[in-house]
Amino acid sequence: MASNNEKMSFQEKTETNVWLLVATLALGLTVAGIVEIVPLFYLPQTMDAGLTEEEDNVRPYTALELEGRDVYIREGCYLCHSQMIRPFRDEKERYGHYSIAAESKYDHPFQWGSKRTGPDLARVGGKYSDEWHFQHFICAKCVVPDTVMPNYPWLADALVDHTTTAKKLAALRMVGVPYSAADEAGAADAVKGKTEMEALIAYLQVLGTMVNFQEGKDYRK
Amino acid sequence: MSAITTDDKTYNFDVVRAFTICAVVYLVVGALVGVYIASELAWPVLNFDIPYITFGRLRPLHTNVVIFAFGGCTLMATSFYVAQRTCHVRLWSDKMAWFTFWGWNLVMVLAVITLPLGMTSGKEYAELEWWIDIIIAVVWLSYMFNFIMTLAIRKTSHIYVANWFFLGMMIMITYLHVGNSLAIPVDFTKSYSMFPGVQDAMIQWWYGHNAVGYFLTAGFLGIMYYFIPKQANLPIFSYRLSVLHFWALMFGYAWLGAHHLQYTALPDWTGSLGAAVSIAMIIPSWGGALNGLLTLSGAWHKLRDDYILRFLIISLAFYAMSTFEGPVMSVKTVNALSHYTDWTIGHVHSGALGWVAMVSIGAIYHMVERMWNTKIYSTAMMGAHFWLATIGAVIYVCAMWVSGIMQGLMWRATDDYGNLTYTFVESVAAMHPFYAMRAIGGMIFLLGSIIMLYNIVLTIRNADKQPNMATAKA
Repeated sequence: MASNNEKMSFQEKTETNVWLLVATLALGLTVAGIVEIVPLFYLPQTMDAGLTEEEDNVRPYTALELEGRDVYIREGCYLCHSQMIRPFRDEKERYGHYSIAAESKYDHPFQWGSKRTGPDLARVGGKYSDEWHFQHFICAKCVVPDTVMPNYPWLADALVDHTTTAKKLAALRMVGVPYSAADEAGAADAVKGKTEMEALIAYLQVLGTMVNFQEGKDYRK
Repeated sequence: MSAITTDDKTYNFDVVRAFTICAVVYLVVGALVGVYIASELAWPVLNFDIPYITFGRLRPLHTNVVIFAFGGCTLMATSFYVAQRTCHVRLWSDKMAWFTFWGWNLVMVLAVITLPLGMTSGKEYAELEWWIDIIIAVVWLSYMFNFIMTLAIRKTSHIYVANWFFLGMMIMITYLHVGNSLAIPVDFTKSYSMFPGVQDAMIQWWYGHNAVGYFLTAGFLGIMYYFIPKQANLPIFSYRLSVLHFWALMFGYAWLGAHHLQYTALPDWTGSLGAAVSIAMIIPSWGGALNGLLTLSGAWHKLRDDYILRFLIISLAFYAMSTFEGPVMSVKTVNALSHYTDWTIGHVHSGALGWVAMVSIGAIYHMVERMWNTKIYSTAMMGAHFWLATIGAVIYVCAMWVSGIMQGLMWRATDDYGNLTYTFVESVAAMHPFYAMRAIGGMIFLLGSIIMLYNIVLTIRNADKQPNMATAKA
């Protein structure tokens, strides 16, 4: 135990008192998280890329796009496709303008991904026709012979469950996505009778199309 | 070695035995799912157009089973074992320990059911839906509370170093799990993260990297600090170094998550800060690895015939390698190439197969011998397991290095006119041999795990057959 009358070092105190060890750890372990996460909620530069009104058309997903996004999440697309273009020359050539924070401000959860087994999808919207996407989901290899992507034929038959769409909009409204009461009221009808395939394609076709970037302007300061 | 009868009266080893067996089973299951999804990438026909077994749905199952089922059961087995041994007391509550055991296994069963059904929150390594997250939190708190109380009622004066690491891991995982899982439910199958885009990304990788840093590193360093000295029958190399290792790791690791988001829409300062601390982390990581390795100074000959010690020591070699590789990959210039490629997957697996699995396997063999008061049934099988695990891991990691760097280079290659040299799908086609090689590396590792399961089943059955052991088991 501690030396008889000498002062016990702090280290020794933590080794002999479990509650002190718990308290020290409980405090020390929060520091990094506080420093790195908390400022992101209030520092204006986090979200503000200096978008003008003309450039900024970022809006919440429509009911159909949202249902498509949920299919995207359910099938684990984010495990092979990123949605985050980095400011490199080759990525600009391949995928388009680098991504900015405002583009995913209504994304709960974010879908930036961490791996490109397949290509980035942040600006896939408008790149291919709806028909191309349809054929590609039914049989990926028929469209891209060297692909390793699975086929998703079941999406063409499954209808979107329209009964929960309004609840989904309501849940997102609770976390700050500005859906109106009218959006919620019309949500079920907007997706009724649509297939999951149609929803997913609607989602893909809007990706990366909400900001009108000006050539040569710096959006990350 | 003290007789098992007295040990069992003193300590609750039944719950440790149960966790240990589960860990071995989950190792086989997790590796099996891993081999299957690796094969899907090499031979996509294996997706069979069946929703429940496509790569996108099985990959979360693989990561959850390996990290939380195998890793979790190993941590719970070893921490309860170590706490009782080093505190000289029985677990504070047997009932609570069994609650933790059944609760944790319930969560794993729910994962096996819900993930292939596509119920996911869409956040990597935290895919389980909100109501399962609540069960996890309750079970986790029961585990942590029981552990802390066991330390509190200890009969020894000081808390042994392994327990510091276990405790730090438990506290941090509580923060991470609760923070990252905050979500608004829609129904039982669906919820939305409370945080939007950028903030969600930062919180996710604060969670994601610290799941690695605390769950898979700090927790398993706890294992290292008890089982290496114990198996080698030597004291740890340096007490001072372990103090430094512990506090630097605890305080430092939590900053690293931001390095996963270099060059993204996250503000630049965050990623740079994460990378700076990542580089500094080489020091405590290598200090810790050396502390374990140098414990064997003057006694390296023990490695010649002690397979358990070999598992424990090679795990440190992989640990040192991975904790050097990680900081290198967090440097912006390297990250620009490595991010989004298979290099990341290779890095994770040199940690998971080389470090986490090896140190766990060593600890499990060690505990089985002592808790069933016997010797491992077949040393030859243990030797085969050692080589299969090592060779499998090395093949896996090498395949991913080559494919990862090749991907990175192919994506950025331009010709003399500044046009991209390769289409994306050309890079996919070029990966095929390495994806096949990775699947084979995984199969070799899996084969080793199956041999381990078989060897341990036979060890336990044989121990039960011996009459003096049978009474001991009661």
